[in-house]
Amino acid sequence: MNDAGPGALDLFRVDPAGFGGVVLRGPPSEARDAWLAALGPARRLPPGIDDARLLGGLDVAATLAAGRPVTAAGLLAEADGGVVIVPMAERIGDGLAGRLAAVLDTHEVVVERDGAGGRSRARVALVLLDEGVEDERVPEALAERLAFHVEQPSTPELFHVAQIAAARARLAGVAVPAEALAALCATAAAVGVATARAVIFALRAARAAAALAGRDTVTEADVALAARLVLAPRATRLPPVEAQPEDTPPPPPDNPGDRDTDEDRAPSPDAMTEMVLAAVQAALPDKLLAGGRARKSRRRGDAGSGRGAGERRLSWRRGRPTGTRAGQPGGGKRLALAATLTAAAVWQKARGASGGKVAIRASDLRIRRFETRAEATVIVAVDASGSAALARLAEAKGAVELLLAQAYVLRTQVALIAFRGVAAELVLPPTRSLTRARRVLGEMAGGGGTPLAAGLDAACALALGVRGKGRTPRLVLLTDGRGNVARVPDAGRAQAEADALNAAMLLRGIGIDTVLIDTAPRPRPATAELAAAMGARYLALPRLDAEAVARAAAA
Amino acid sequence: MSTPFPFSAIVAQDEMKAALLIAAVDARIGGVMVFGDRGTGKSTAVRALAALLPPIQVVEGSRFNADPGDRGRYGACPVAADGKAVKGHVPFVDLPLGATEDRVVGALDLEAALTRGEKRFEPGLLARAHRGFLYIDEVNLLEDHLVDLLLDVAASGENVVEREGLSVRHPARFVLVGSGNPEEGELRPQLLDRFGLSVEVRTPDNLADRIEILKRCDAFERTPEAFAAAWAKHEAKTLKRIARAKDHLSGVAVPDDVLALASKLCMAVGADGLRGELTLMRAARAAAALDRADTATAAHIAHVAPMALRHRLRRGVLDETGSSVRIERALAEVMAA
Repeated sequence: MNDAGPGALDLFRVDPAGFGGVVLRGPPSEARDAWLAALGPARRLPPGIDDARLLGGLDVAATLAAGRPVTAAGLLAEADGGVVIVPMAERIGDGLAGRLAAVLDTHEVVVERDGAGGRSRARVALVLLDEGVEDERVPEALAERLAFHVEQPSTPELFHVAQIAAARARLAGVAVPAEALAALCATAAAVGVATARAVIFALRAARAAAALAGRDTVTEADVALAARLVLAPRATRLPPVEAQPEDTPPPPPDNPGDRDTDEDRAPSPDAMTEMVLAAVQAALPDKLLAGGRARKSRRRGDAGSGRGAGERRLSWRRGRPTGTRAGQPGGGKRLALAATLTAAAVWQKARGASGGKVAIRASDLRIRRFETRAEATVIVAVDASGSAALARLAEAKGAVELLLAQAYVLRTQVALIAFRGVAAELVLPPTRSLTRARRVLGEMAGGGGTPLAAGLDAACALALGVRGKGRTPRLVLLTDGRGNVARVPDAGRAQAEADALNAAMLLRGIGIDTVLIDTAPRPRPATAELAAAMGARYLALPRLDAEAVARAAAA
Repeated sequence: MSTPFPFSAIVAQDEMKAALLIAAVDARIGGVMVFGDRGTGKSTAVRALAALLPPIQVVEGSRFNADPGDRGRYGACPVAADGKAVKGHVPFVDLPLGATEDRVVGALDLEAALTRGEKRFEPGLLARAHRGFLYIDEVNLLEDHLVDLLLDVAASGENVVEREGLSVRHPARFVLVGSGNPEEGELRPQLLDRFGLSVEVRTPDNLADRIEILKRCDAFERTPEAFAAAWAKHEAKTLKRIARAKDHLSGVAVPDDVLALASKLCMAVGADGLRGELTLMRAARAAAALDRADTATAAHIAHVAPMALRHRLRRGVLDETGSSVRIERALAEVMAA
């Protein structure tokens, strides 16, 4: 990579805060260590950091000693002007991601919490260490704000510190020709990068590349490099075959009259676009190439999303704080400092406190109270086989809709497993987003055999995963109970039934709350027996009524 | 964030800009919710609005933004009764993520309590936002109980504090502006319909606009002051337009046939409750005032209908038909009738 010019790390070093940062995706490696070493001294964000440490707030000890409120800066404000490394970034929750994103946007930390308010400068860059596998990724809202996304970093060949410093000094004076802007925008559109931030980052990268090369004007090579490093990793689709961005507004340049006027404004913007596009195409992630223009990549891209397994991560939400009450801290109960001080404050004169000392009695102590209702994830496993019949599948979809609507109000998550043919598929990982659910449900097809055992196994695995993340799984199973595909395909109907029974017993073993909704037109006793085997409540709904299903699931 | 990006320099996004201007003209419209993809300049636009708000009269030194024309209502403010009336900025408060309830509603003044043993009320963000705007970026990340609280105060116009032995009430009228990305978890519907207007922002899909956005962002980034200066005239014009529209607002007539159109439209799309009709009428009036028209017309209704109604439609949660499409369709029907 380095023979093609500077790498992402070099560009990043020229203007860290301007680029927001880097996502380094991959397992720990020597190369990654080399990256981190090249950054110089940096702060590390401890996993599970709380708001007090992250953003700042009232300083307990100092406040008590001084007898007046004393605030302490948080880690982000302390890191002003530097780099913050975020380990295990694939596990950070939306709350932390949102806080970091706000700081990247405004370059300041605004604190309004627990008796302390204020703002302080925090011009920082983030390096996210993403060790996620498969779908586990850094929250998109945060990744979006970091210019460089590097998969499996290789050992960087670095520019010398003096070169970096020289480039930095040159940066502000680097001019950008109009066709470079056009080429970046057209390329971004061609590979399905919608967000304006990415293009702005690419422009900054082109400028930094020119500055590193000692030039005062951005050239085609700089733009190509920038597009390769910033746009290619974000690509959500392959460029249209004719390498002509599909949404170029002016008419095609076949018409000589139009061509003249175009050239008056910017000399041959298309030539540069083509060249930049070619550079990007060469650097497109393998996954994208393998998937072609498959729907999967589009689904990721079309709303600039791709949270993937996002919601499956540990939640940052610690339940709903319901205020404070008198009590002793300890044993997992957290001191509510501001409330304690305010409780004590009014008595200070009466208690004869003086000399900056605060007289606090045990009776003043306040502890925080959270409503610790564990959040639920409703797993809906739908039999989408031929025996369940397409019409009934539509009804099952209706029931899932209602479940989703409920989940949406109760703020639970919903996941959807469909089983048909020979396997079960997790068609919707746990989510609270209706937008995604809507899309998935619309695309769900029906038909084929009934791999009931596979469906139960998938539900069981997902339930364990959900529980592992500290949420409460609940299972709603919609099937007619006529399992006819065993765990090993072609093993025969009897084996299929034995497997289903075995899977049901496994489910019972992990003890999750389950409802089996029999969707058969004429319910059979065998299905009720299956429900009993899995310890599920059994509901025969010969006429599948969406409302009844939703009620059953909520109960 | 010393120099904000000029509002007038925002490319395209006409609906979002229109909704913000309408909210700036008539605060009673009840806030704006901006939904949109990432990197579409949602927060840029909202924050840019702050610079466009015509100054208001305030009581000097009041931490409650007391209105000199209505001093009686500010019992909690020590200077409201006889402070001097001065010109002040319309407050624009950005609610940071991680904000706690005590800072939002106000709480016992720790400093006064600890050092002097005085029981004094320290006003919170709600007091600071009074008569102005309160902006929440990423509403879906805000704790539910805070969202509830904000919507409740926004609707009642008064902040009632009963905590830590304090019993305080003060006016808190503000325009709530929220933004968020629906892919990251949606707002509960019962919260959503309490926003007056809702707009959906998408990345412009034509190349010329995209290039223009990049150009302007780049110019702003390199020389923010010069860029702001270049747009100062446009900004001044917009500010004047808002100021004029505010003055003009009460004089805008809404004829009966236009009111009837609003009702029919709400019925046609199945928008629940009176709130939709009321918002539709107010937004049309504000839009007319911005146009310097004396009368709100059917065209004004058509202009504001999508933003006033799209979040109030009764529909299946998974109904794919876009709300905007349904409103347009209903509009065509109702207006043809």
